[in-house]
Amino acid sequence: MTTTNPTLPGPGGLPEFEVDPALYRHLADAQVNVELDTGDMILNLGPQHPATHGTLRLVVRLDGERVVAADPVIGYMHRGYEKLTEVRTYPQITTLINRIDWLSSFANEVPFVAAAEELMGIEAPPRALQIRLVLTELSRIATFLLFLGEMGLQVGAITPAFYGFRDREYVLNLIEAVTGGRFHPNFNRIGGLKDDLPWGWLNDTRHTMEKVLDSCDTFETLVADNPIFEKRTRSIGIIPAELGAAYGVSGSNLRACGVDWDLRRDGRAFLPYSDLEWKVWTHPDGDSFARYWVRLQETRESARMVLQALDGLASGPVMAKVPRIIKVPEGENWVSCENPLGEMGYYVVSKGATGPFRVKIRSASFSNVSILPWLLRGVYVPDVITILGSLYFILGDIDR
Amino acid sequence: MLELALDVGWGTTLAVKTIVVLMLIPAGALILGYTFLLKMMSHMQSRLGPMDPGGFHGWYQLVGDGLKFIQKEDIMPAEADRRVFAFAPAVVVISTFLVFVVIPAGPRLVVAPLDVGVFYALAVSSLSVIGVLMAGWASANKYSLLGGLRAAAQLIAYELPLVLAVVGVVVQAGTMSLQGIVEAQRDGAIFGWDGVGFPFVLTQVVGFGLFMVAAQAELTQPPFDMPVAESELVGGYMVEYTGFRFLFFFIGEFGTAFAFAALAATLFLGGWAVPGVEGTAADVLGPIVLFAKIMFVAFLMFWARFTYPRLREDQLQSLAWKWLIPIALVNILVTGILKVAV
Amino acid sequence: MADDTSPEGPADAAAGEPTAVPDVAAEASAEPVALDEAHQDLLARLEAALGDAIVETGVAVHDLVVRVRRDAWRQAGEACRRDLDCDYLSFIAGIDWLPTPRVAGDDAAGDTSSPVQPTEQTPGIAGSDGRFQVFAVVGSTARHWWLTLKTDLDEADPRVESWVPVYPGADWHERECWEMYGIVFDGHPSLRHIYLPAEFEGFPLRKDFPLLAREVKPWPGLVDVEGMPGEAPGAAEEVATT
Repeated sequence: MTTTNPTLPGPGGLPEFEVDPALYRHLADAQVNVELDTGDMILNLGPQHPATHGTLRLVVRLDGERVVAADPVIGYMHRGYEKLTEVRTYPQITTLINRIDWLSSFANEVPFVAAAEELMGIEAPPRALQIRLVLTELSRIATFLLFLGEMGLQVGAITPAFYGFRDREYVLNLIEAVTGGRFHPNFNRIGGLKDDLPWGWLNDTRHTMEKVLDSCDTFETLVADNPIFEKRTRSIGIIPAELGAAYGVSGSNLRACGVDWDLRRDGRAFLPYSDLEWKVWTHPDGDSFARYWVRLQETRESARMVLQALDGLASGPVMAKVPRIIKVPEGENWVSCENPLGEMGYYVVSKGATGPFRVKIRSASFSNVSILPWLLRGVYVPDVITILGSLYFILGDIDR
Repeated sequence: MLELALDVGWGTTLAVKTIVVLMLIPAGALILGYTFLLKMMSHMQSRLGPMDPGGFHGWYQLVGDGLKFIQKEDIMPAEADRRVFAFAPAVVVISTFLVFVVIPAGPRLVVAPLDVGVFYALAVSSLSVIGVLMAGWASANKYSLLGGLRAAAQLIAYELPLVLAVVGVVVQAGTMSLQGIVEAQRDGAIFGWDGVGFPFVLTQVVGFGLFMVAAQAELTQPPFDMPVAESELVGGYMVEYTGFRFLFFFIGEFGTAFAFAALAATLFLGGWAVPGVEGTAADVLGPIVLFAKIMFVAFLMFWARFTYPRLREDQLQSLAWKWLIPIALVNILVTGILKVAV
Repeated sequence: MADDTSPEGPADAAAGEPTAVPDVAAEASAEPVALDEAHQDLLARLEAALGDAIVETGVAVHDLVVRVRRDAWRQAGEACRRDLDCDYLSFIAGIDWLPTPRVAGDDAAGDTSSPVQPTEQTPGIAGSDGRFQVFAVVGSTARHWWLTLKTDLDEADPRVESWVPVYPGADWHERECWEMYGIVFDGHPSLRHIYLPAEFEGFPLRKDFPLLAREVKPWPGLVDVEGMPGEAPGAAEEVATT
């Protein structure tokens, strides 16, 4: 058993401390006349742990079952993307950034490609933009279906997780039919898309979206309306709206705090969201239940958006005329979009070469997880798991 | 005990009884585990589970799983207390075996027809708490400790609703002997219709509900599986157990489920009794009928297991102390009044 | 946000030349930048709050970029939070303007695996005074505007005030910045490693920190191409990288 413990920062920063090894060495031989005022216990949640969605290590200091301080330790999956982008060409980077948020990979490529296109002054044709929108929404649905299922798993209901995976397969099949890849489509190109839609895809998508709407109803009945689920998630992990924004929490997490802010509507218009009729869902509570509810509604909204978008697809090419070797002129561009996990953006600095000078990747989960030290103070251990599940981060997104 | 034509000594009788009980638990556990955990759960979760081994729905998978567990390396954590660690699963399994001593499968098919059968069964089933605590403590692992402490609190808290629910049945039957309770249900009459039998679940609906909820908690199954919360503690008090020792816990868990289902079937659904069937025919039909009723009760328990999320420890405790126990007390009161007055 | 400042001109694809973006950075030092209304409003508010702490402004395709003096860095953050209604911190990051060196050195014959970057150090939008800069993007969830702030750092001792009292989310961003560039943030509660192990030496995102993968192992594209029997290895045609 280790005796050196990392610093657990509190509001003012806590000093280093050592735990007396004798206290934990032979639990069965603990002396009875040790004072019953037990010391705090350090618990390592992770990096291998079913609840932490990957290699996140959460060092918590517990007093009984209450968390006194928590310190997330990240970086177990750090792949050095920002250094790698300095030695890659733009099309090569598209392959790399697929793997940041791997559950909704298509959505990762879009802002980067848009940034490069804007710097070059190229406009992708309208059909390409609409298909980009459809595929982004499909990846949003895929990722949220998984969330709806596994949130039940976090609080102990094993069955919804299977339903989530099963329903997600339908959407992944659609994405695979277009792009050839279920998880890492690598489909965006600077100037448009690699290929057009295959035959029969529109009808298949329409059927699948109906199925998605049905699944959302199932999840609502099975999970959201379940009284035990409500007991476990209401008033757990409340994020005040202003604090959340100051921490950089974005996406459904911030909308669940009541902030009416969605980059699809309020941000840069590089995808034709304004052509569709859709609604931004918010919830005033800011607790775990609100985050679940908002994502449930957003899944339904995305399915409806896809159905609308398919009805209005423009015809034409899916790729603009671009030079064979992509050279982006000198300049800087910051493009961020509403990734399923939150605000994902790329600050591309170009010096006129075939590859960027620097790409700062702003990933949503990094900021979402940074609020954990504040959020986890004073919660019970089971609630830690609920909160981690409701924030919905992906390790690749945190660690890049 | 069965009167055989042969005159057998007490040694043989004891041996036969021991073997029967020792075989019942693993067999029951395996059947429950297979039917409900592997197949019913997988079908409800829209998947098939292992289908290949054995041809019909993969029934042979269990055997394979059992063999797998047996041949695994026996790992004991370096800091664990060896003897306590090794003995803990045995305590749990022994307490399960002991419950089956009193459950009747026919008018003469019972290992020990105790007059205080109910009392004995409930007392002995609580011994498993000790085993859980031993496992949690001796594993020298913080997750196990958390799981063990949660288990202790939970199991003790839910003993009371369990016992109080059964008291209603005892009052109504007028006897604590399980055989007597079954016969009271068989010989009872519903609204004066003789020969139909009178399973106590009809009047003791509240008691049945309480018993099922409390049994679910005693088995640390969702929605009460905080001690073994898989997505948090990854096995709780069982996390350091591997191979054969884990198999022991597994058998203990499903064996106890079998035992509680048997108790519920005996106390509320009429046990082995089919109205109108007596004598040797009941000895033959009894076990089958009892088994069918056990399967039904187990179905309900496992269905709740994979549907509901788990309650947090404090919510669990408040459910027991603030809701179940008062309801149980009211149930006893009403039963007593009706028994005397009606 | 208006698109008035997006680059003009269609892609001249036939000649295979990339389009020319109006070189805003070069103009910035020469004449005032052409800003649209929204940007002017933002800039006016910022100037009212900061006064002469603003060194230079520019436009990066859509966003206003403002370079402030180093000693006014935290002040600039407070001005954003208070006067510009920017309640949302997107990120804080660093940038090293030293030219990207050729991977595996200039004498890595035939290694075309990485793009050739210009070898002179040029500043970005809104200029830069030296090698290191810290830049941050803040936004307003209510007013839907964004702002990029930059500040220069001293190359020998890169330090600047921490934004943690202004935006608590700056905590992790500044830790990452320190880890990757060696930029020290004064006033940060605990500046320690976030991605890399505690014993890691060096600051990886600096341009003079080599990308070891290429140092240790030659580019596979080189070795893949085998020469004919009798020829020297690597003498076959070079493999295209795009």
